[in-house]
Amino acid sequence: MGILQRMSMIFRAKADRALDRAEDPRETLDYSYKKQLELLQKVRRGVADVATSRKRIEVQMSQLSGQGAKLQDQAQRALGLGREDLAREALTRRSALETQISDLQVQHANLQGEEEKLTLAAQRLQAKVESFRTKKETIKASYTAAEAQTRIGEAFSGISEEMSDVGMAVQRAEDKTAAMQARAGAIDELLASGALDDPTGTAKDDITAELDRLASTSDVELELARMKQELTPGPAEAPRQIEGQAAPTGESESPQTQPHTQPKVQPEEGRP
Amino acid sequence: MIVRIMGEGQIEIDDSRLQELNALDDALAAAVEAGDEARFRAALVALLEAVRQAGKPVADDALVDSDLVLPYADAHIDDVRAMLSGEGLIPS
Repeated sequence: MGILQRMSMIFRAKADRALDRAEDPRETLDYSYKKQLELLQKVRRGVADVATSRKRIEVQMSQLSGQGAKLQDQAQRALGLGREDLAREALTRRSALETQISDLQVQHANLQGEEEKLTLAAQRLQAKVESFRTKKETIKASYTAAEAQTRIGEAFSGISEEMSDVGMAVQRAEDKTAAMQARAGAIDELLASGALDDPTGTAKDDITAELDRLASTSDVELELARMKQELTPGPAEAPRQIEGQAAPTGESESPQTQPHTQPKVQPEEGRP
Repeated sequence: MIVRIMGEGQIEIDDSRLQELNALDDALAAAVEAGDEARFRAALVALLEAVRQAGKPVADDALVDSDLVLPYADAHIDDVRAMLSGEGLIPS
């Protein structure tokens, strides 16, 4: 016998057992209806849970890409300051983030699919429960217990099969979201630990600290070089003038205002 | 003939397609028997495709038994084994 038939028999056996247990099948109808409503609630909660997990992943994806953009900026800054080693470090970290983001994208798509399936399952179940309720009332009003037994057969096993299937689908969705919650928790910890960034801005990450240190010593030089270039417009490029070119005539042009240089404290992004 | 795809609902298929489905079902059974996950996956995908393409969905409010039940699309071979052995996968 094929697998598909064996599986259908497993579903049916379960419905038959439920029906056999009852003395009066009319009571079984009420009991089953109560169970159906409970399951419907459960599926709807399942949809909400999956949606919550999906949204959490969306928040994390945007936090991680914020971090990625920041590291990209740092790399640019580091290169501008002639620190290729720091730039490399920033880019390496960014590439690790990219891996995590694409992993999250897969999970996100997965959850989205799960959410759609469960939403449809809830719709189907609701339509069936409503249909069952109508049949149940008719049977209870019109038939004796003995007659009811033969009348409810298919309606009962039809809804039982649906309930078994939907029950398992909710369970699977719950298992999946639980697994993802655990991973999402790990990423939240990573984000909070400062391994990726310190979102409070009280402690700078090591790259930012190093860049700021470099920046404060070279700010003056940079600004002088820029001003000098403005005074003597020519084809020369600014970056080449940066190194070791403290302008000798600089004293009179105060370098205290530094409108174009990097801020000492990096504005932090992605506050939770 | 009514076929259920677990997690997706029921589909009505003309009885004339039974032979075709049986052949695919045999392939699935052989893969489960052999414990070959790759073959199992290919057979399951082929079956699901055939069923979806050959049939039309049963109305949401219909209360009917299924003649055949197909595992959900991402079922692992071990899931199907467990279901066939009746290891309590179907909740009460």
